[in-house]
This record gives sequence, structure tokens and C-alpha cells, in this order.
Amino acid sequence: MSEVIATNQTILVVGGGISGVTAALESAECGKQVILVEKNPSLGGRVSQLYKYFPKLCFPSCGMEINLRRIKANRNLQVITMAEVSGVSGEAGNYSVSLKKRPRYVNDNCTACGECGKVVEAEFDDEYNYGMKKRKGAYLPFNMSYPQRYVLDPRIIGTPDADKAKEACKYDAIDLESQEEEIQLNVGAIIWATGWRPYDAAKIQPYGYDRMENVISSVEFERMLDPFGPTGGKILRPSDGKEAKDVAFIQCAGSRDRNHLRHCSRICCMATLKQTTYLREQFQDDFKASVYYIDIRAIDRLDDFYQKVQEDPNVTFVKSKVANITEDKATGNPVLHGVDTEGYHRYSNPHDLCVLAVGMEPSVPKDAFPVEVKINESGFIESNGSGGIFAAGCSSDALDVNRAVQSATASALRAIQVVNRVAGTEG
Amino acid sequence: MSETKIGAYICKGCGLGERLDCDQLATIAEREGKANVVKQHDFLCNADGVKMIQDDIDNDGVNHVVICACSRRAKTEAFNFENVAISRANLREGVIWVRPDAEDMRETTQEMAADYVRMGCFEAKFMTLPASEQEKGHNNRLLVVGGGDAGMTAALEAAKAGYPVTLVEKTGQLGGSLGKMWKDVPSHAPYADPVEPDVKELAAQIEAHDKITVHLNATITKTSGSPGQFSADITTESGGTTTENFGAIVQASGAKSYDMSKLPELGAGKSPDVVDQMGLEQLAMEANGGAIKRPSDGKEISNIVFVQCAGQRSTKEGHLPYCSGHCCLTSIKQAMYFKDQNPSIETNLIYTDLRTPGAGGEDFYRSGQEKGIIFTKGIVSEVSSSGGGLQVKYKDLILDEDVNQAADLVVLATGMVPNSGVDIEAAPTEAEGDGGNGASQEVTVESILNLTYRQGKDLPHLKYGFNDSHFICFPYETRRSGIYTCGPVRRPMDSQQAREDATGAALKAIQAIENAKLGRAAHPRSGDLSYPSFRKEGCTQCKRCTVECPFGAIDEDEERYPVFNESRCRRCGTCMGACPVRVISFENYSVDTVGQQLKNVDMPDEFDEKPRILVLACENDAYPALDMAAMQGNHYSQWARVIPVRCLGSVNTIWVTDALNAGYDGVVLMGCQKGDDYQCHFVKGSEIAHERMSKIDDTLETLNLEKERVETYEVAITDIERAPRLINDMAAAIEKMGMSPFKF
Repeated sequence: MSEVIATNQTILVVGGGISGVTAALESAECGKQVILVEKNPSLGGRVSQLYKYFPKLCFPSCGMEINLRRIKANRNLQVITMAEVSGVSGEAGNYSVSLKKRPRYVNDNCTACGECGKVVEAEFDDEYNYGMKKRKGAYLPFNMSYPQRYVLDPRIIGTPDADKAKEACKYDAIDLESQEEEIQLNVGAIIWATGWRPYDAAKIQPYGYDRMENVISSVEFERMLDPFGPTGGKILRPSDGKEAKDVAFIQCAGSRDRNHLRHCSRICCMATLKQTTYLREQFQDDFKASVYYIDIRAIDRLDDFYQKVQEDPNVTFVKSKVANITEDKATGNPVLHGVDTEGYHRYSNPHDLCVLAVGMEPSVPKDAFPVEVKINESGFIESNGSGGIFAAGCSSDALDVNRAVQSATASALRAIQVVNRVAGTEG
Repeated sequence: MSETKIGAYICKGCGLGERLDCDQLATIAEREGKANVVKQHDFLCNADGVKMIQDDIDNDGVNHVVICACSRRAKTEAFNFENVAISRANLREGVIWVRPDAEDMRETTQEMAADYVRMGCFEAKFMTLPASEQEKGHNNRLLVVGGGDAGMTAALEAAKAGYPVTLVEKTGQLGGSLGKMWKDVPSHAPYADPVEPDVKELAAQIEAHDKITVHLNATITKTSGSPGQFSADITTESGGTTTENFGAIVQASGAKSYDMSKLPELGAGKSPDVVDQMGLEQLAMEANGGAIKRPSDGKEISNIVFVQCAGQRSTKEGHLPYCSGHCCLTSIKQAMYFKDQNPSIETNLIYTDLRTPGAGGEDFYRSGQEKGIIFTKGIVSEVSSSGGGLQVKYKDLILDEDVNQAADLVVLATGMVPNSGVDIEAAPTEAEGDGGNGASQEVTVESILNLTYRQGKDLPHLKYGFNDSHFICFPYETRRSGIYTCGPVRRPMDSQQAREDATGAALKAIQAIENAKLGRAAHPRSGDLSYPSFRKEGCTQCKRCTVECPFGAIDEDEERYPVFNESRCRRCGTCMGACPVRVISFENYSVDTVGQQLKNVDMPDEFDEKPRILVLACENDAYPALDMAAMQGNHYSQWARVIPVRCLGSVNTIWVTDALNAGYDGVVLMGCQKGDDYQCHFVKGSEIAHERMSKIDDTLETLNLEKERVETYEVAITDIERAPRLINDMAAAIEKMGMSPFKF
């Protein structure tokens, strides 16, 4: 790989989702040297897996296109993918960082022509689609992947598929001998933007996510709307491929619950309201959405969107924490049981599909940070011990995209304060 | 400046060599494209290919480079040569990937490729390297308007990064709304109890900081200039004015409380024992740690009701339609003022949706529950005085019953109203006031910045008077370059968020300063060094450019000629699209760089049955959608010739007229979504283009052409299947209408 140049006036950004990309670009566009490290083969993070954003219902790929153009044009910014931070030592203005970089088996020569993908036969669960679809063992993670370079799945290395891929490549872009690399960097400040992951819905036992095919998570529902996703853009229920026109949404699935995530994940109410509009977009008037909620948290001007959805006669709101879900064996319908607390009515409601609005939990578990930081009870970063490490986006709190970007922009200034101080003393 | 020397480089990789006759393309580049150097390479983007080009630049004087290979979106870094003009002929995603690999298609596929080579050469020929010779501002100082929590934070954070700051506060002291609060909601764990507001500490840090100058009792009476070289008049209450220069501006003018006298049904104004949240803070300040007393008679309070969403989240006339974001947490905090002092005081908080997001919010809510605050889901309909106390009438939504509760004190959680100055986009109000039921009379709003900009004194509002950005991914996107808002003037928010916001805004202001020094554009065309140049002789003073610029970058001089403030410009080209006499251009993007491309395609005659469709596609959304269609193997018509444009707003109607006159059979324009939820990153570009194109019918009529020959669409980046279909639809329509008669 190309040489990584870093000094104690360099800012390291860990995580290439929208927060990390923003923090990196905002710093680099102030003239700072920045290294952006991403664990996955492509930048983009969670937002690249969304169909639309609330409340505008615009497409995340639109903002990503602008950000990628900014990245391509900026000479102050270096991107390293498939790498993770394994250790950090030192202090503000002078950190030593070790990175572990997994082999991609594909070098800069790759033109993304796609020939390797055509010849490889092995298929694996597609991470980009939460395993709802298969992908080849030589693949481009998604349409807008950056870097726009193929990846070989390590599981095909040593198999005939790997040789086929190498043969198919006319550009000498495949290197089957690549090994894991260790990279040492000296940097001045670190922005920690490792983001979130969806809470494991299977842990909410009464909801039977691991037992019933037609109980899915909100992030999986989102993938169904992608024309290149697992269902070709159609809202279909997993058990029988039938169009899901009567959909239940369970709010706070895992959130605001001491047994699971104690915090409110902030985005789930708006995400569900948004997802009810997908049903209208797809089925016009021929659908039913039922939202089981505790409080609808459509904060500040997002309340407009809630008001608009409330006006939709096909969407009903039930104030209730659903007690449990059973399956109607004959129809495959999930049946939701509980009490509507507005008036205390018991219900047992069957639906075609049940979507669990799962909460956000920090990607990095509390005890796994390779850096000294103060973590709160929910696992989010509160502050840093050494004065030069700053949390951005969802590593700092459960945030929506807008607030995550705001937080990332703020973190860029905090990092710049450190490297400017270094520059001031070093001249 | 040195002579233009064009180098055209044709790649034979990725199947281009097999699918296309690259020797013929090379001949075309040389003979028709007038390229001085033409080379083919088997694998242009690898180190060897790139070196070949760099050598020609270094040793052979090539200064205009035409890359005939893949899309401009691919291998951008490899072909990122410095100090030369670069154009990209898209032969991969634009030709071979969108056409079937079949023998009978070879001819038309080759023609497509040949045209893109011609177009690339002509674009390069008419581009010049941005000279970046405009007057650059080098001022490093930030102006922060507003000395509340957000303003103080912005000032301090910028100063900590080494930038000098002038902070202007209207009142006699720093602190803003937070300064009038007894306690604040905690912003760090444990999220259990109200905490001391650190306003005083912030103010002390500001006063002690040698890089920060504070003006109290002062307002901004005039702001002019542009990033790197703003000038502002700071006028004090006593009347003295000083003029200072700044590199960038942060506006943190905050919000005020909603006028609760508009809520007589909730007892506001009828009893002194009905207060809003700021009113309660004042009572707590007066109590200074002792028991909070009832305002009417100084009696100890034993029973208090908090009414959430008072006059907000409501579509009733005079109410605020939005949620103010902080009020649930604030009421919980205020209920704790009572509970922490005397747990036997009854505190009932009546809400419809309790909104306490994030890790801290939920913990604080839980702490409130543990302290014995009662939370009731209900809707309050009336607060009235009775027998020396108050009666609160509400519907309990859980028990489904009407309740009358006696209270000593009622706190109305009313919302916040931004201090965002003049709404410059509001239609001028008619003199006739409706004077409806208690509606406030039209009051003259004081401007915050008093900009001398032609488009108005303040920043445009987004909605409900807030100066927010409309972009989810870009919350600091601003319609006035170098001026950033933060805190509750931008969007309703609590103090914790306001500080985060202020820090972000300070970063953007610093970035604007750094960009201005180098003559670089700000987002979304970050780094672009081109700037609009204007040929005054041809100008007819029609003012379209000054009106339509989405960023208010263009003023007018005494003779009503446009004055371009270059560092305010975001390089979208809307002015260029607007200009009827075509006197506005950018070095790397002009009426010619596009016009010459479309004029230089090979136009087959009428009897060849080979129509030509010009597609002008927004470079951020439609063009990537077509690229990704190609990656997915979605084909489109071989008659299409696609030119990316910066924004549909930059499309000058002359391009369409020229195309029709040149014999194109159809023109398809693809821009972004317009309207309230606009997705155009230049705000109005797509809207304006649609408006302009609605008038193209006259042109078509004059030419005696069907109006179906020109179509304008809103296309999203996700329209990977639809975008090719729209091109194919045009091809089908042409088949029906027949060929254009304007072929020569």
C-alpha cells in the first residue's frame, strides 16, 4: 500500500460513516492533514444502508455523492479501509496509534470492471443487506462503494475461486498473497466516530424475532425498499413472499428498558413514521400501519412530520408497550398481545408483518475501547482522559443524522484546537 | 498565459479496446478535436498510464487534458493532475456499459464514443485554468453576534483554535436565556439532578481570554463584504459606532419565549400564579435556594402543575406548530426544584408525548420519576382562578376521564420563537391587516445583521422563522457564504445541543476564513477555484442574476450593473443560466464549454434515421444515477449524448435553442427535486430551471417544433432504472414525431 504520512499535526478519524466522513472532510477543508480509517471495505456506514432520510424523504446517497466528491478532490485527506485501531498511547498532541489492516486482496489497479465478480462462484451472506441476500466472494459492497474497488472474501482464498478471480483480472489488481498489515502512526488528535449498531432483536425474547419469520427489525425493513436489495424494492414478508400490507411497528424495541438499552435511541420514532410513508408509496391507499408506542418523540420541527403522518387515515397509533408476540400458524401472521393504555383495552392483533424499531447501541462495547475514554452507563463516550480524543456522532450519544453531523463538525474544531496548539509550539 | 495545448488520452482497458475502434477515436481527437497530442494506452489509470500523461504535462507543455476513459466519477484521484484543465470523455459508463455488445450495434456505439471524444476535446479547449486572481480577503477575525450560551461557546471555541473573536451582545451582560436560569439540565453523567449553569464560568473565561473582545449593549447596524473581508458597524446603545473587519460571522441571536398572553384559556395573564418556564426560573432565582413562593400572595406552594406543549405543537391560529425540543427536560428539572427541597410538594406534569431523548434524557426522566414527580398523559383545556387558587381542567388520556385539579402554581411550557430578524423572502405584506381575534399586530422586526446585500438584510429563513439548513447531511449549509447560525435561532434546541451546535458553527466560520484566503469555494463545490467573470459591456442590467443567485452573492452598483462578490459565490452557475445576453461565465464552466460540446457532435442528416438526444444532467444526482445504471448493465438509447451540468439552474436556454437549431431531435433536462422539500444543493437551481424551461415552448413554436421535444424532469440519484427510461422515452417519442427538420 501507499505510504501513510502522519505527524503530530495530523488528525486521525476512526470510522467512515457519515460522522467520520464529515469530521474528516471538515477538518481537511480547514487545511489540516487527516487520516480516515474505516473497518469495512467501503466508506458510508449505516446511512448508506438507508432508503430515505426523515423528514425530507430524500436519499442518503445524494449527500454521500457530494461527500465522496469532496474526498476525491482533497489532497489533505487519506482514506484507509479495512483497518481498525488496535492500540493508542501518548497524549494530546502526540499519540502513537497502531492500526491493523486486513487484506483486501485487490490493489489500486482495480478498475471495478467487474470481471472477477462474474467468474467467482462462492456466495456469502451480504453484510450490506444484513444477510437477507447473498453476494459473490469477489464483490463491490454496493453501488456507491468508495474506494470503488472490488474485495475478495477471505473465505475464498486458497480455493479455486480465488485463482479464477486472479485469472479474470486483466489489470494485475488481484494479489492473493496479501497479508494483514500493522501500521504505526503518530498523530496529534483523534476523532472517534465508530457509530452504532442495531440492538440484537433476538434478545427481546417475548417478541420472538429469532422464532418468527415475519418479525423483522427496522433496519431490515429499510433494505427491502432498495431496488437492488433483497426483495427488489418490494415490501414482502419473509415467510411466503406475500406483500405485507398490514404492518405493525413496535417502538422502543430494546430501548428505554433497563433489561436492554436504558437510553432512548432518539431516531426510532421518526424512522417508523418514515417507514409508514413507504407503505403508502408502495400500496397507495391499500395498506394499514399500526404503531405501538410509549411516547412519539418527533422532536423540534420534526413534529411536522408526525402531524402529517397522523393525518393519514391508514396509520393508527396505539399507546402500548407490546407484551408479547405469538404466531398464527395457519396464516404465519404475528399476533401482538398487550393493553392499549389509553382506556385500558386488551388487544390481540394479527398483522402481516411486524417491524421492531430496534434501538441504537454503540458499535464498540464498553470494555473494548483501545483508548482511554470515559463511557457512560449506556456505553456512549462522555469525555476523554488525555485531552486529544473526541467523540463524534453516535459514539457520543444516540443521534439522528443531522445531529450526528453537527457533532462531527464540532469534533473537528476540538481536534483542530489540539493540532493548532502543536503547530503553535513547533512553529 | 501559455498557449493551449490539448492532450487527448484514449484508454483501451475495461473492454474499451475490444468494443471500440480506438484508432478511429484517436484520429477524431487529432483531426476534429484538434488535440495536439493524442495517445492510446492499454490501461490508462495505472501508474504507467498516469505517468505518460504527467510526462506530457511536464515536458511537452500539455496544459489541457482530455481523458477518454471512464466516468469522471471513477479513478478521479488517478487523473487529478495539478495546474491543467481536465475534461473526461465517458466512454465506459457513458458508452460501452449502456450499450449491448452486439455486432449490429457496433456502428452506433462507435459513433457515441466518437462524439464523446469530440465533446471532451471541445470542452477542454474552451476551459481555462482558474486564475484565482480575484481579490482575496485575509481577515482572520470572527464576529459572533449574541452573547448567550451558544454565542459564548462559539467565541471561546474559535479562540481556543487561535482565531481572534469579537463578541457583540445586545444586552448589558453575557449569559442570554441560560443566564436567567436557576439551574440547568445536566449534560454529563450522572443525569440525576439539576446542575449549576456554567454561564458565569463561560463569561469569566471570555473576559479573561486575550483573543476575545466583547461589546455589550451593542448591535450590528450594518454588515457588508464577503468571507475574508466582511465589514460590520457595531453600534452601542449610547449611539457610538465602530466599524470593524471580519473574516466570517457566527449568528447566535437566540430565541425568546413565546408570548404566553396568547393563551388566556390556560390562565396566562389572568392570574400571577400562572407563569411560563422562564417565569418559574425567575421565581427560583428570587427564592435563591429557599422555598419558591406563590407570586400572588407569597404563600408556600404545595401543589404545582406543569402544562407541556402550551401553545405549541398546535395548528391553532397564533400557536407554534413545532415542538421546542427542550421543554420536557426543563419541566422535569423545574419539578425537581420543588421535589429536591420538599418531597411532599405535589408536582404533576401533564404531557401528550414525553420527549427526553438520548442517554442523558432518559436517565433524567427516570430520576424525575424516582423523585416522585407525577407524569400524566393528558390534555389541559383550561386553567382558571378559584377561591385563591387555580383549577386545572384536563382530560386524562390513560384513565379516559375528565379531571379537575387544584393547584397553587401552574407552569406553562410554552415554546421558543427565534430571533432571526427580517424574513427577507416573505411577500411584502399588504397594508390591510386582518386584525383577527387577538392576533398580534404587524410589528416591525429588527434586523440582526443589517446586511447590505441586494437580496435583503438577514439570512433567509427555512421554516417558522428558523435559519436552519434544509439538508440532512449538511446542517451548516448556509445560503449566505461565511455566515453561520447556531443555537435556537437555527432550530429549537436545548442548551447542551446549542453548545455542540455553536462549536460546529465556529468550525465552519474558521473554514470559511481559510477558504477565502485561497479563493476556494465552500461546500458543495468545495475547493473549486473558479469564479464568475462578467463582461460588463454586454450587460443589459436586467437583474436576473442578482435576483436569482441562491446565495445572495451578487449586489448592484449605482448604475444597476451586477457586482459579483466572488468569495460569496458557490459556483453553481445559476447566474450564468439566468443571463439572457450570456456575459457571465466561469473559467472552467461557461456557455462555451457546454455549448461547444453540443455543437460539435457529428449530426447525421435527416435521412440517416439516426436521431440525436441531448441530455443535460445534474452532476450530483442524475449523472451518478446514469453511471450506476451503467454499472448495473441498464442500457439506454444510442442516440443520447449526455453532458453533466453543475446544477440545472446553470443551464442557459441558449444551449437548448442551439441544440434544436443544430438538429437535435430531443432535449432531456434532469435536475433534482424542487419545491418545499427541495433536494437541489444549490437550493433553487432546479426550481428556476423548470421555470425557465416552461417558457421554452415559445421557442419551439417559433421553430415549428413539437413541444414534446424538450422535457424537464426531477431525477434522484436513486433513479437508476428511471433515468435511462426517461432517455428511452424520448427516443420513442422521436420515433413517433419523426426527425427534426433542422439538420444540415
